[in-house]
Amino acid sequence: MTDRLNTAIRKTPSWLLYLVGAAYPVWLLYAGVTGGLGVDPVKAMEHALGKAGLQILVAVLLISPLRRFTPLNLLSWRRALGVISFFYILLHFLVWMVLDVQILSQVWADIVKRPYIIVGMASLLILLPLAVTSNNRSVRKLGPKWRKLHKATYLAVLLGGIHYIMQIKSFQYEPYVYLIVIVGLIALRRLPKRQMRRPKKGALQRAV
Amino acid sequence: MAHRWTNDLTHDDVTPKSAYMNRRQIVAGMAGLGLATIAPKAQAAAETLDPTPFDVITQYNNFYEFGTRKEDPARYAGSLTTKPWSIKIDGMVDNPGDYALSDILSKMTIEERIYRFRCVEAWSMVVPWNGFELKDLLDLAGVQSGAKYVAFETLYRPEEMPGQRQPFLEWPYVEGLRLDEANHPLTLMATGIYGKPMPNQNGAPIRLVVPWKYGFKSIKSIVRITLTDKEPPTSWNKSIPSEYGFYSNVNPKVDHPRWSQASERPIGGGFFAKRIPTLMFNGYEKEVAGLYEGMDLRKNY
Ligand code: HEM
Repeated sequence: MTDRLNTAIRKTPSWLLYLVGAAYPVWLLYAGVTGGLGVDPVKAMEHALGKAGLQILVAVLLISPLRRFTPLNLLSWRRALGVISFFYILLHFLVWMVLDVQILSQVWADIVKRPYIIVGMASLLILLPLAVTSNNRSVRKLGPKWRKLHKATYLAVLLGGIHYIMQIKSFQYEPYVYLIVIVGLIALRRLPKRQMRRPKKGALQRAV
Repeated sequence: MAHRWTNDLTHDDVTPKSAYMNRRQIVAGMAGLGLATIAPKAQAAAETLDPTPFDVITQYNNFYEFGTRKEDPARYAGSLTTKPWSIKIDGMVDNPGDYALSDILSKMTIEERIYRFRCVEAWSMVVPWNGFELKDLLDLAGVQSGAKYVAFETLYRPEEMPGQRQPFLEWPYVEGLRLDEANHPLTLMATGIYGKPMPNQNGAPIRLVVPWKYGFKSIKSIVRITLTDKEPPTSWNKSIPSEYGFYSNVNPKVDHPRWSQASERPIGGGFFAKRIPTLMFNGYEKEVAGLYEGMDLRKNY
């Protein structure tokens, strides 16, 4: 059963993942313009994109422990998910800049003086080179450096989780749950690898 | 005493005529109770701002007693029982006691006030409130000479207010005004919008409206008013004192630590609504600046 699932996952063409990923912002835009996002579509879209971006990033971090502790292997989706989350967060930023704040001098003022924006911006800037190098050519060119570079994902997600907490207006559980999960996933990496690794299943493992 | 203040915001032609006519009829129908009719166009001052549509005013609310999302109040406030309702007036007053809302209303003149409404989160609306001046209620209770502040309290009823089962804020919600702010003719006890009874999600059956202050000062579903000689605690100030002060006057020059207050997003304008500049004291500078003469508004935020 899991074998068949893993095969299906492995065989999913990445364009399909990108297509599904692109559908969500397109739908948000459509819903926003036609009234489906309520009376304040700008905030609704801004929040939905930030939230979905963070959720996908958390999912990206989950892939490796899932492979380690369960038979499920989502490794072949990881790169596409990472790129999709980057685009959601980029759109989150653009919605904030163009539709929410609107005034360019104000955008700049916020970027340099609001701590929660600075933290979010730092996260986005860390994700940028990762998104740019998410292709086979970069993997080949950078060699072992590629893996090292892409470990920065952990930092970007952590900053995203902190940014989420920093923007709340009063106590709420949800952002803290996210941060706990993120910190937990980072801590999990430090867990000594007591179990034997399952035998590698060919070249697929390298397709990160 | 009603009619101490005249609207400078008016319904202009963009308001759907049917809604407008409808409302006028409601207003006219209540004229016997002393409800003011809409100020004639000629009297309308410089501005022609439209009231935000009823559906927007009633579907986009911050009322954490029902949840923290803007759509939560509209979704969950239906369960709130608002009849019977009374307000306990106590502290430094000559006639303390529980005042039945129906008794209060029988002594008041309800008038319409079209006010700008500016949330501390930098969004805004224009709301046609119906209500009476707080001063008239305070006169009824007989404020004693030593009183300097007015404290307000929202209903605490977690069975009907699901947000109160969560620690979003310390419950019940409390607010306060200086006595001179409370006595200002702009300060309203609102019982309706658009000539309709106050919707639950907007603070039924009776709420405060202080149009020159950020929205959270305009406490909803009031059950208690206390006259005191000390500055009363206020909910958001208790929660995050560095961000929300006692005064919380709308001031485009004093930023919230996390965002600018120089401009605001009018709600209801759709996806591409332009920001508009925020006005000092939310446009009521002429009326209220005198209350704060000599005060450092940056310190007393
Ligand atoms: C590029 C810089 C960024 C800017 C300017 C920015 C701006 C914002 C703003 C303005 C809000 C809403 C605050 C409010 O309504 O009061 C927000 C919320 C949020 N942002 Fe960001 N952000 C940035 C980066 C990020 C990143 C990198 C992530 C995730 C990894 C992220 C995730 C979120 C989340 C989850 C929320 C809360 C959404 C909700 O309440 O459902 N943001 N951000």
